[in-house]
Amino acid sequence: MINEFNGTSSNSSPVNVGPDERTISLVAGVVLILLGLAKRNLWSLPAIALGTKMLYRGATGHSPIYSLLKLNTAVSTHPEAVSVPHQQGVHVVKAITIQRSIEDLYQYWRNLENLPHIMGHLESVKVIDVQRSHWVAKAPAGLSVEWDAEIVNDIPNEVIAWRSVENAQIANAGSVRFKPAPNNRGVEVKVTLEYVPPAGNIGVAIAKLFGEEPAQQTADGLRRFKQVMEVGEVTTIEGQSSGRK
Amino acid sequence: MRAVTWQGPNKVTVENVPDPTLLNQHDAIIKVRLTSICGSDLHLYDGFVPSMLPGDIIGHEFMGEVVAIGKSVRKLKIGDRVVVSSIIGCGKCWFCEQALWSLCDNSNPNNGLEAMYGYTTSGIFGYSHLFGGYAGSHAEYIRVPFADQVAFVVPENLSDEQTLFVSDAFPTGYQAALFCDIHPGDTVAVWGAGAVGLFAMRSAYMLGAEKVIAIDRFPERLEHARVNGHAVATLDYTETDVIDALKELTGGRGPDSCIDAVGMEAHAGGLPGMYDKVKQSMRVETDRPHVLRQAIQACRKGGTFSIIGVYAGLVDKLNMGAAFNKGLTFRMGQMHGPSLIPDLLGRVERGEIDPSFAITHRMSLEQASEGYETFKHKNEQCLRVVFQP
Ligand SMILES: NC(=O)c1ccc[n+]([C@@H]2O[C@H](COP(=O)([O-])OP(=O)(O)OC[C@H]3O[C@@H](n4cnc5c(N)ncnc54)[C@H](O)[C@@H]3O)[C@@H](O)[C@H]2O)c1
Ligand SMILES: [Zn+2]
Ligand SMILES: [Zn+2]
Repeated sequence: MINEFNGTSSNSSPVNVGPDERTISLVAGVVLILLGLAKRNLWSLPAIALGTKMLYRGATGHSPIYSLLKLNTAVSTHPEAVSVPHQQGVHVVKAITIQRSIEDLYQYWRNLENLPHIMGHLESVKVIDVQRSHWVAKAPAGLSVEWDAEIVNDIPNEVIAWRSVENAQIANAGSVRFKPAPNNRGVEVKVTLEYVPPAGNIGVAIAKLFGEEPAQQTADGLRRFKQVMEVGEVTTIEGQSSGRK
Repeated sequence: MRAVTWQGPNKVTVENVPDPTLLNQHDAIIKVRLTSICGSDLHLYDGFVPSMLPGDIIGHEFMGEVVAIGKSVRKLKIGDRVVVSSIIGCGKCWFCEQALWSLCDNSNPNNGLEAMYGYTTSGIFGYSHLFGGYAGSHAEYIRVPFADQVAFVVPENLSDEQTLFVSDAFPTGYQAALFCDIHPGDTVAVWGAGAVGLFAMRSAYMLGAEKVIAIDRFPERLEHARVNGHAVATLDYTETDVIDALKELTGGRGPDSCIDAVGMEAHAGGLPGMYDKVKQSMRVETDRPHVLRQAIQACRKGGTFSIIGVYAGLVDKLNMGAAFNKGLTFRMGQMHGPSLIPDLLGRVERGEIDPSFAITHRMSLEQASEGYETFKHKNEQCLRVVFQP
């Protein structure tokens, strides 16, 4: 049971409870235990157990439920963002189902110059000829990474696959597949991406800049692709008013 | 323009902010004529909904006048008086096509809910960044995305006050009653006699219920339940054993359906109340499930439990065995506004209900802070605060 944390977790318990909450946890823990001891009914045992947990939480600064919900009050950031551990290369597969004809979906993607509109990390793609294209990806601090790619497989309304040509700054390959979903539920679109950063420190740095959250980036890109194909524009709140200065 | 902004738990301020502009082709800008504080806003105000940022403009129940439209807007015209669904749907995705608007795939620009819930659900006006981060309606103007899908022209003979709650509270209550799959002779028990619960009561009758029983603790709200909800019996849960009383009122069978119109901040006394309050304030448990526990126990065998009060995360100590062995049906979720609003406007127009009964307090935007406090504590017999920006 999720809530029955018994204080025996020796694996990873990083601090994810802020200091104020830790103090309150300690106090609340004591109060609950006392209350639980004073009353004798169905609720006294859970109350004592909870009190014990609050003490644990106050003392260690770790809330197992926060980990479960991926929330963290100890650092003031958004609740998402768990970085993919950096390994040898990155492999991402993401799928989405879109209500639009397979022809339209394929056509949009086959014009690679459309991709920066949906893939947030791409600055531009210039088509050189039927096979070749030049890609520029954004990186933080105004930097960018560029490479040439070629289409290696193209079956209309089924699959498009590409890969960077030799000597690219960052070797990468990708494909997109289109398949009708059962019973007219749209088209299943599956994207596969692979990056192999060059060896050495520079490679690590580039890989980091290039795709800190490749899985998230790809998922977001597919969501935008769906928005463009289903409703004709990318859903946004960018530029709206707020009371933030 | 002036707008009410969230600044942290129990703190709202009225600020000068830039007027909204059209950001997309399907947008409209609405001049807000009326907007209210909903029970859902209290979950933000009390700090139980993650991903709020100081400065966010809140509010989601509103009606107003179209003052600008994007170039792909077809149905709406400048000058139209409209009521707008609080939940936002694109109208084009599979979910919207199935009339499951609050599950829309395209209206939430933020994908953060995927980590919490497995999938991202629709955007909602003024309801945190996880739900899209859309600026809300407690303002002079509001940007409405997918305007042709979510804004509905109000019949001329209806007043602003009669149509405001068709934006949120009425469709929510109506959907709660729809979930109950009501049959002739059915008894429906409704926890919570706020606006949502009261509309659920009236909707249950519209859908054929024999009798409705209301549960709350505020005398004036129980009075509303009798007068405006047409409840045949009311129970004060602080004074009565609700489960026994419901049995007694239904010849020992139990209510055929139970509606939770309270949600994650349910109040309870005694040790159970303390237990959940501490857990929730410490974020060990995100929601307080008193009503869930009671309704599962109270519902008749094979009955339906309809949950329309909002829950956000984890709950603790639910008697799943009771729900399972009694063969209960659970129905729940945010309401699917756009598929309900045309029908509900028709019901108001035909005089089946006049939703304006729920307005107890009228204020200007400048009084937002006072409005939130009054509604939060249910002072001055407050049922709904309405701002006229
Ligand atoms: N699903 C949706 O789309 C949707 C839309 C709007 C509102 N809501 C939710 O509906 C709920 C009610 O909204 P509202 O505007 O009527 O709020 P409200 O605050 O006016 O009413 C809530 C009522 O619940 C009562 N209550 C508290 N604890 C109780 C308990 N243990 N037993 C019985 N009653 C109890 C309170 O006394 C109060 O009268 C909220 O959770 C809100 O978030 C859901
Ligand atoms: Zn609401
Ligand atoms: Zn949709």
